[in-house]
Amino acid sequence: MNVRLYIWQRGTALLLLPLLLLHLAVIFYATRKGLSAADILARTRGSVAWALYYGVFVAAISVHASIGVRTILAEWMPLPARMVNPAAILFGLLLAVLGIRAIAAVVLP
Amino acid sequence: MAATLQVSLWRGGTEGRYVDYEVPMRQSQTVLDVVTFVQRNLDSTLSYRFACRVGMCGSCAMTVNGRPRWTCRTHVSKVAADGRLKIGPLANLPVIKDLAADMREFFVKWQGAKGRFAPSKTRFDPIERILPDSAPRIAANAAIECINCGVCYAACDTVRWNPDYLGPAALNRAWTLVNDVRDAGNTERFAAVAANGGCHACHSHQSCQEHCPLALNPTASIAGLKRRTAQVYLRGEIKP
Repeated sequence: MNVRLYIWQRGTALLLLPLLLLHLAVIFYATRKGLSAADILARTRGSVAWALYYGVFVAAISVHASIGVRTILAEWMPLPARMVNPAAILFGLLLAVLGIRAIAAVVLP
Repeated sequence: MAATLQVSLWRGGTEGRYVDYEVPMRQSQTVLDVVTFVQRNLDSTLSYRFACRVGMCGSCAMTVNGRPRWTCRTHVSKVAADGRLKIGPLANLPVIKDLAADMREFFVKWQGAKGRFAPSKTRFDPIERILPDSAPRIAANAAIECINCGVCYAACDTVRWNPDYLGPAALNRAWTLVNDVRDAGNTERFAAVAANGGCHACHSHQSCQEHCPLALNPTASIAGLKRRTAQVYLRGEIKP
């Protein structure tokens, strides 16, 4: 960990805090109101706002989590030092791909 | 309380074993007294390190019943209520022999953290007046009493997991100098402690402040370094 990674990790944490709270609020709203899958899709399909909101969410999580995983790999895993950065980047990309796939599934018309 | 202490001491280098000794119990006996008794009366080949015996020099730190401690100021009655002592060399450092750990990497990391005063004036300049109650002096005071005993280094999880980590003592020293208004080496120091293995590697487990015999708080010093280096990095004054 160095200051550049530290800023990225803390910066994305700061960004994630309100996004996460809103995400939880959305979950509570959807379950309390008893929204069906069709109801939810009706709200999200074609919505630029939801795409942007979860797009930023996924990007921030991918960066934040891969920096954390990088430290775990470096300190706890018997991985050669040169493999740590590629493995952490791969993990971040995997999160990004899974996240974007999930967003595409609910916002694309 | 038993009249004798059952003492296990680490014998050997990295490969070695604990050997048992019986040491008479004395009033106001310190752990260092126990080790000295063994060396003077039971086995003169026992190696250990000490100098001042009064908690000033930082030479005699060892692992006592699983915790790193300064042995000259640790009373047996406080740590061995059952009359048993297990004493080994400091953790997280190579063992030279018996209870003497190799402190080289510890001090090399002090230099790595730029823990050396960089004067801003020469001997021909008048001595700078630093008011004891000024804010920078109070900030420097907080971390200044370190005796380099290595207890924090031995207690630190991050040191154990990350061989590049500079460690709490070196970073604590760097923070003292960051707050020293007479020092002129901060740009270089910030770059050193903001790199890989620097202050941002700290997980804030706070073992250093838990074990520091002088009750210093290196975790707070490291948190200060994290803040200051983040500021200078965002201003573009250092590159990691």
